Order: sequence, then structure tokens, then C-alpha cells
Amino acid sequence: MSKLDSPSSRSRRNALKTLAAGAGAAALPIWARQVETQTSAPIRIGFQMHATGIGAAYGRWYQRTSEAAVKQINAAGGINGRKVELVTEDDGTDPKRGAEVVEKFATQLNCDLGFGTLFSHVVIGSAPRAGELKLPYFVVSEGHHVASGMLNRYTLQPGITDVKSQVQSMAPFVAGNLGKKVTMIFPDFAFGHNHRDYFSAALKAQGGEVLEMIAIPPTETSFTKYFAKIPRATEVVYHVMVGPAVLSFVKEMGEFFGPSRPEIFGFIDSLEAVDIHSPGLEFLEGTYFWEGDPRYAQASQTSFDKHYRTAVGVDTNGASVSDPTDVSTYAHMFGCWETLYVIKAGMEAAGYRGHQDRGKLIEAVEAMTTMAQSDQHPQGAKLFNGKTHQVFGPQYISKVTNGKLIVAHTAPIADTLYPDEVDYTKQAF
Amino acid sequence: MEFGPHLMLAVLEGAVTAAVLALMAVGLSLVFGVMRVVNVAHGEFYMLGAVLAWWLASLAGGHAASGFVLALVFAPLMVGAIAIGADVIILRRLDYDPERTIVATIGLLYILQQATLMTYGPEARPVQPPFNTRMALPWLEFSDGGLRLFWPWGLSTTSYKLFVIGAAVMVLLGIRTLMARSRIGLVMRATQLDRDMALAFGIPVERVYALVFGIGAALAALAGVLIVPIRQAHYLMGGDALLLSFIVVIIGGLGSLRGTVAAALLIGMSEGIISVFFSPTLAKIIATLLVAFVLVFRPGGLFGARAR
Amino acid sequence: MSEQVKVVTLHGGLIALLLAMNFILPAYHHGNLARIMVLTSYAIGYNILFGYTGLLSLGHALFFAAGLYGMGLSILHFGFSPAPALAAGIAAGVLVSLVAGMLALRTAGVAFMIVTLMFAQAGHLTILLFGTYTRGDEGFVIQPAQRVLAGIDLSDPVNRYLAALVLFSTCLLATLWLVRRPAGRVLVAIRENEQRTRLLGYDAFRYKLAAVVISGTISAAAGATYGLLFGYAGATFATVQYSIFPLLWVLLGGAGTVIGPFLGTLFMFYLIDLTSGITTAYMLIAGVVLVLLTLFAPQGMAGELRRRLWGWLP
Repeated sequence: MSKLDSPSSRSRRNALKTLAAGAGAAALPIWARQVETQTSAPIRIGFQMHATGIGAAYGRWYQRTSEAAVKQINAAGGINGRKVELVTEDDGTDPKRGAEVVEKFATQLNCDLGFGTLFSHVVIGSAPRAGELKLPYFVVSEGHHVASGMLNRYTLQPGITDVKSQVQSMAPFVAGNLGKKVTMIFPDFAFGHNHRDYFSAALKAQGGEVLEMIAIPPTETSFTKYFAKIPRATEVVYHVMVGPAVLSFVKEMGEFFGPSRPEIFGFIDSLEAVDIHSPGLEFLEGTYFWEGDPRYAQASQTSFDKHYRTAVGVDTNGASVSDPTDVSTYAHMFGCWETLYVIKAGMEAAGYRGHQDRGKLIEAVEAMTTMAQSDQHPQGAKLFNGKTHQVFGPQYISKVTNGKLIVAHTAPIADTLYPDEVDYTKQAF
Repeated sequence: MEFGPHLMLAVLEGAVTAAVLALMAVGLSLVFGVMRVVNVAHGEFYMLGAVLAWWLASLAGGHAASGFVLALVFAPLMVGAIAIGADVIILRRLDYDPERTIVATIGLLYILQQATLMTYGPEARPVQPPFNTRMALPWLEFSDGGLRLFWPWGLSTTSYKLFVIGAAVMVLLGIRTLMARSRIGLVMRATQLDRDMALAFGIPVERVYALVFGIGAALAALAGVLIVPIRQAHYLMGGDALLLSFIVVIIGGLGSLRGTVAAALLIGMSEGIISVFFSPTLAKIIATLLVAFVLVFRPGGLFGARAR
Repeated sequence: MSEQVKVVTLHGGLIALLLAMNFILPAYHHGNLARIMVLTSYAIGYNILFGYTGLLSLGHALFFAAGLYGMGLSILHFGFSPAPALAAGIAAGVLVSLVAGMLALRTAGVAFMIVTLMFAQAGHLTILLFGTYTRGDEGFVIQPAQRVLAGIDLSDPVNRYLAALVLFSTCLLATLWLVRRPAGRVLVAIRENEQRTRLLGYDAFRYKLAAVVISGTISAAAGATYGLLFGYAGATFATVQYSIFPLLWVLLGGAGTVIGPFLGTLFMFYLIDLTSGITTAYMLIAGVVLVLLTLFAPQGMAGELRRRLWGWLP
């Protein structure tokens, strides 16, 4: 499907050509000429990175993982014989800048597609532009926005599962093993609201109830006063926090409960890039965490996980091999690796040659269904829903045992599924 | 948690916030009062204090206490030096024109923030407190036999938090003594009251300004060092702190150190206490509007000091 | 050339140049300029209050967001079409600026700064509080199908550019007209010496309130247009940095000049864009540039131009 085919841009192109003829085509810089993609030129993937702003800690690890994946792909011959080039731009974790970066990828940097956005508000701010510019946009966000139908046919999330499926699959384990009376603590914005809504519904279906919902404002730095709202009858405290204050949050939770705590079930988001051995976190021993991808290498570690860790430069504790205090965002960054391999598979299936094949690329990805656990998909086997553009995968529940996170339960894909809310394949390109 | 203990917890937490806020705000108030300039980068000095504390603590290696003492002494000095540098290189050349200073300090904010991002990185890193024992606190209740102490679930504080409150009180008293009793304080107050007169009396106003700017920054950095074992050092932590300090200084009334401290207490406590009654976002809205309305109806601040 | 002719040539020429650019510019810069023109309109609104009336507000994001959400929510919840939605956004701007002005103008100087800042904060928090309707910080998408104004698809690049140009030209010419009228001169008089203006018999409060409302309304119009043209509304636009941006743009370009906001917005946009290609520390370079500008060119670009060369620049 050709990129610029509307009448107005055709007339603009004609005007351009006329002017060019008049002024001397040689005087026009390269970006003004029609782009002809040669088959030996590299494939340019625009990596929208949260290099600064509140997402910066994730952005760094996303970059490392993406560069490792690209290196492997190129070492194995690239895509359709062409090398892959990662073009990185900082979006400052800001939706306005995100949209500008998408424009830059599409119109100035001559990228074949955009990829890598994490924070939901940036995705929602940027995706419309990607749709208008007809730039395939592969987000690694965990947000439910793709599958909710809010976005467009050009936006896909084939490498990481979304929060709705994650939360839903936790309810059976929590209700069955930890307790049926739950108090939830979550950040008071969309991501937290997703947890609130989906988990309370799923818990009710298991015969449990949410006693109290404690919403914490996004920029909060002092949390003790919130813990005071936890009802005494609580059997399980469910927590998920994001942002720079996560360590304070967890520490203060420990200080609050002291020696007598209820069961605690948290999402590892509360501890991403934070060392579980940080002082003050001893109380986490015996508590449970959802993990997107187990941070510590398990006894049952697959060769795929080993291969992946070596490639990215992460040790068996989930920290950087060059700096053991530099803990990775292990539960999320695998999404970049897997997404890049999905892009590779999609381009190969579509016989991608250039921008004119973007639609074919999307159709090829939409046609994907199962993906086996492999070097390309180390987190686990996947099931892709071409209609909702969202992938589903296993979810891990770990228990902190002797200072390490040991997987106690794996929720199968079937537990994580929910009815379709949109069919993007019915939308025109 | 029952209402009484919950309120007490909110008061304790608020006291810690108020203590740190008071330090920061006094620093800002000094700069405001003596130099009449708005330093938008004040929050970044706070952040630098926290970040340097982390760095110094990591230099000290093993023992948390020695690292912390190192940080407590040197971080404010280092940040003060940076501030004096900024004053001499930039602010002095602007002749302390209010608008140009705002823009220049916005630029300084970006420079400090980004330099920290480039060197220290985007993570939030913790610093170990020198000591931190959890102290369960008792509450009173009626039962058979009259009033009785019991230990409610979750009502506690830590020894370090109490230390923060104590340290802040001591530093503030020190500042008051400095301003009221020492020669330097006299010179600063003179410059604040009437700059031209001070010049006429041979006071090196420009040097006083540099010193004041440095002390203001050092106070902010000290606040950062004290808070960093409780929170973490993060390159964006200056923004909220700046906002709050501004509010405190204006509400307390320009040029009134006592007013600043009182306002810090009020604002530090209020958010915590209001959130006992309302949802936190609603509490923040109420607190914000309250500040606005105090200013609207009492532009001189709560303590009515002459607003210049 | 008489002064009048010079003024018309400059400003009319700028608009004509921008119109011509529609046909010449490559896609990337074409898109950028559309964005810049809308953001400049925001800066123009800010300039009326700050540059001409001398009131430094730190809460203009409140007005921008009022326009953005007035427009966005009317489409999202009430199914408005673009034109009425735009009107709703502008109406929201008028209302919010009127209320804010009546309260905030009871203060002056630094207190005014803080009060406007507080109102903007409260506005941002309110958007978050009513997240069920506003979708909070995540925001919501305004689909291309909802952005067709009288048969013109606003998500098409050329239409978007021309719509932005229409907004920009309107704001530019409105400012030009206003500052050369007696009322505009009263605003400048208030900026220079409010007490004297009052002594001369002018009701300073009424003029200042009018300035706040005009400024707020233009900012809201920019906000509503931004959402309509780029298809997204989110609470990020109500945060404090979106109050700092117009201050920066206006100061850089030249406060108190008509053309200043455009120069400042253009310059900052490309400064960030170009430096972000070199290093992730582009805001560092922006910070350095800011400091240098205040040290050596405090009047801003157009202001220096006016001071040194073109004294007739309005």
C-alpha cells in the first residue's frame, strides 16, 4: 500500500517536482526527493526511547535489550539479507514529544517502522500520528490501550502481554492460596485503575472481595499515611507501584507492618530496577510477586533464557554483568527482544522490500498465531490475537525465598484470555 | 486504622515533611529576602544534595554511619560552592533583574538536571540511614480499668525520622542565632533592609549576595541529605520540592524567617492530615486551592510581613 | 517606507511566506511548522498578558488545557462535530480565565505568580480526579473520523497546516490590532507603571482582567486547535512544564513584540530537535542557550532587533 496517495499530497508532490525542475533538482536536499528503497540498504527501525523523564530507568534497559537483539539479528544475516539499523530518538516520556518523534521517524529519518514505547500516556499520544502517517508502530507497553480498540490498525503489541490479562490471571492464585479479603494499593492514574478494575472483577469471580482500594497520587513520595487505611481484616495486601519512589514505598510498607504483616502480593513493577537486597526490604521474605519474566535464573532455566541473558549482558540475579548493583527491568524488557523478532518474522513472511510493503507487514503480523518458546521468545510460548493486535503469554508468580525470587506458580495462557474488544483487521489501511 | 492513631501517624509523617520543607524554604526565603530574586533552580540544589550524599556514601564504602556523616558535612559545602559559582558567573552579570533571573535560573535548572542525568543516571538510588530502628507507638484507649496504653497495628515511626526532625530544629535554631547574633547575620539583615544604605556603609553587597546564595543552596542541599535515607535520590526530585518551598515562602511572608517556619509546619502537616479525611488527590486539590485563596485574600502572606 | 507600511509588510509577509511554505516544505518540516504555528498561538496569548501587560503567570497551562478538554470532552461524550467543539473549547477558556482573573488579580508580583501556578495545579489535579470522564493522564484519542470540519479532513497534512496557519494569522493580526489601539497602549502603560496609569484615571483592574481573559481565550483556542489537529488530549498538557514553555518561548523571541512568540517557538522547537539528534542531553544545551540569551540578549530576539535596528517593530 503506497504511503502518500491522497490527492492533496499528490498535487503537492507535483508542485514540488515543478519547482524542482525550475530551481534545479540537484539543489534539493535528499529528503525532498522521492525515496527509492534499494534492497541492500539497511532496514531502519525507529526506536522511541524514554531516555529522559520518569521512564528513563526503563528506557535504558529497553535500549540495551533492543541493541542486543539487533546485534544478534544482524549476526545471523539480518532480515531478508538486509542489515537492521536502530535509529534512536528520545521522547522524554512525554506524549507531545512522542508524537513529534513519530513524525520524525516517518518523514525525516526515513524509518520503516516505529517501535519501543512503554508508558501508556506516551503511546496514546503518539499512536494517532503513527496511524495518520501510516507508520507501523510496535509498542512494548503492557497497556490495555491497544487491545481496547482505542488506537489504530498500524499500532501493534506482539511482544509483551497487557495488564488486563496479567491481572486477571493472578486472581485464582491469590484467592486460592493467599486469602479472599484483599486490600489494593495502586497509583492513581490509568495504569493503576486498570489494576483496580480488572483485579476486583476477577477476584469477585473467584469468590473473593476487595475490602479497600487505596489510590496513591502519581508524584507521592511519602506513603505511610496510605498504609494506615488498610483495614485490619485484610488477608492479602495487593500492591503495584511505578515511578522513582518505588523503593520508598516498599520500605515504608515494611516499616508500617513491622513483624505482623498479612499476606502480601505485589507486582514486580514495584521493584523493577531495584535490588531486592536493599536495606529495609527484608520484610519481603515470604511475600509473592507477579513477574513478567523471572528475574532470577530458576532451577528450571531454559537454554533460551540463558542465551537471552548472555546476549543482553544480565547475570543470573537479573543485574548487569558489569555492575551487580545495576538491576535490570527484567519483567518488561524481554518485550523489546521478542517484538524485534516478531518484526523480523513479519518482514520475512511479507517479503518486505520497502515502505510500499508496510501494509503487507502488518497483515503478515496479524496472521501470526502461536509462537513457540525459543531463543526468539525466551519469556515463554505466545499466542497472538491478530484482530486485537495483542499477544498473550504465560504469567509467573514468584515467592521471595532466602532473598531470591523463586517461581511458585505459572499461570497458563488460557487463564489470561479475555473476549475481544475490537477487530482492527476490519479497518482500512 | 482507627481515627486517633491514624491522625497521629499523619502528624508524625507530616512533621518529617515539615522539617525538611522548613530547611529548604528558609534557604529560599533568605535568597528571596536578601537578594529579591526568584531562584527557580532551588529544587535542583536539594536534588544535588541528595545525589552527592549518595556519591559520598558510596565513596565511604562499608559503614553507613560514616558515609552519612561525610555526606552531611560535605554535600552542603559542595552545593553551596556550586551556587556561589552560579551567582558570580551568571546572576551578578544580570544585575539581579527579577525577570532575567527567572529565565537564567530556569536555564540553570535544566543544566543541573541534565548534568545529573548524564553522570548519575535516571535511576532512583537509596542511601542507607546511619541508624533506623522501628519504634511502635502506643495509643490510649478506654477499657475496664480506665485509660490504658495499647499498641495499634501499624502505628510506628523510626528512630531516623525522629532524628531528621531533631536535626532540622537544631539547624533552624542555628540559623536564627546566626542571623540574630553574629556579625554576618547583621550584615545580611542590613543588606536585606536597605541595599543602597548598606553599600553606603561600605558593606560589600555583592559578596554578601554570593554568600547568601551559597547558604540558601547549602540549606536546600542539607534538606536533601537528611531526606535521602527515607526517600531515594532521583534526578527529577527537585520539582515538587521547589513548588512546596515556594508556597511556604510566600505564605509565610517574604523576609520573615519565623513565618517561613510556621508556614512549613502548616503545609507539611496539612496535606497529610487532610488526606486522613479525603482521598489523596482531592486532598491535594484542597491544599492547593487553600494556598491560592490565602494569597488572594491576604497577599502579604499569613504573617502579613511587608511583601515587596 | 512609512512605519505603517513596514509593519504590514513584515507581518503580512510572514503570513504569506508561511502560506508559500505549504507547497515547498518537505513533509517533516511541514508537519513541524503546523505544530509550531499552533504552539505559537499559545505563546501569543501568553505574550498579551506577560509581554504587554507585564503580568507573569505561571499557570497558563490551565487555559490551554481548558480549551483542549472543552473541545475534546464535547466530542468524546457529547458527539459534537469539530466546529461546535472548537467553540466549546473557546467558551471554556473564556469562563476559566474570567474566574481565574477575578481571583488572581487581587494579588500582584510574586504572589500573582504563585496563585496562577496553584490554579493550574488544581486544574491538573481536577482532570486526574475526574479520570472516569477525562481519562486522566493517559488521555484519549480523537479519531480522524471525528475531525472532519465541513468536509475538510483535519488529519490530512495540508489541511492541518492551513488550519494552523488560519489560527496563527488570526492571533497574530489580532495582537497587532490590539497593541496599536489605545486599549493596548493602556496595557503597556500598566506594565510600565501601574500606579501612574491609575492616577491618570484608568481602571487598571478592568484592563488587567480584560488582558487575562483575552490571553486565556487565545491560549484556550490554541489548546482546542491542538487537540483537534493532532488528535490527542491528555493531562500532560496541564502540567507545570506546559506553563513554563510559553514563558520560555516569549522571552526568547522577545516579550512585548508581536512577532516575538513565533521566533521563540520556532527557535526552541528546532533547538531541541537538532540537539536531540546529537545527544540525549539536549535540554542541557537548551539550558545553556537560555542562560546565554539572558546574559547577552535579554530583550529576546525580536526585542534586540527592535532595540538595535527596527525601532518601529510593534
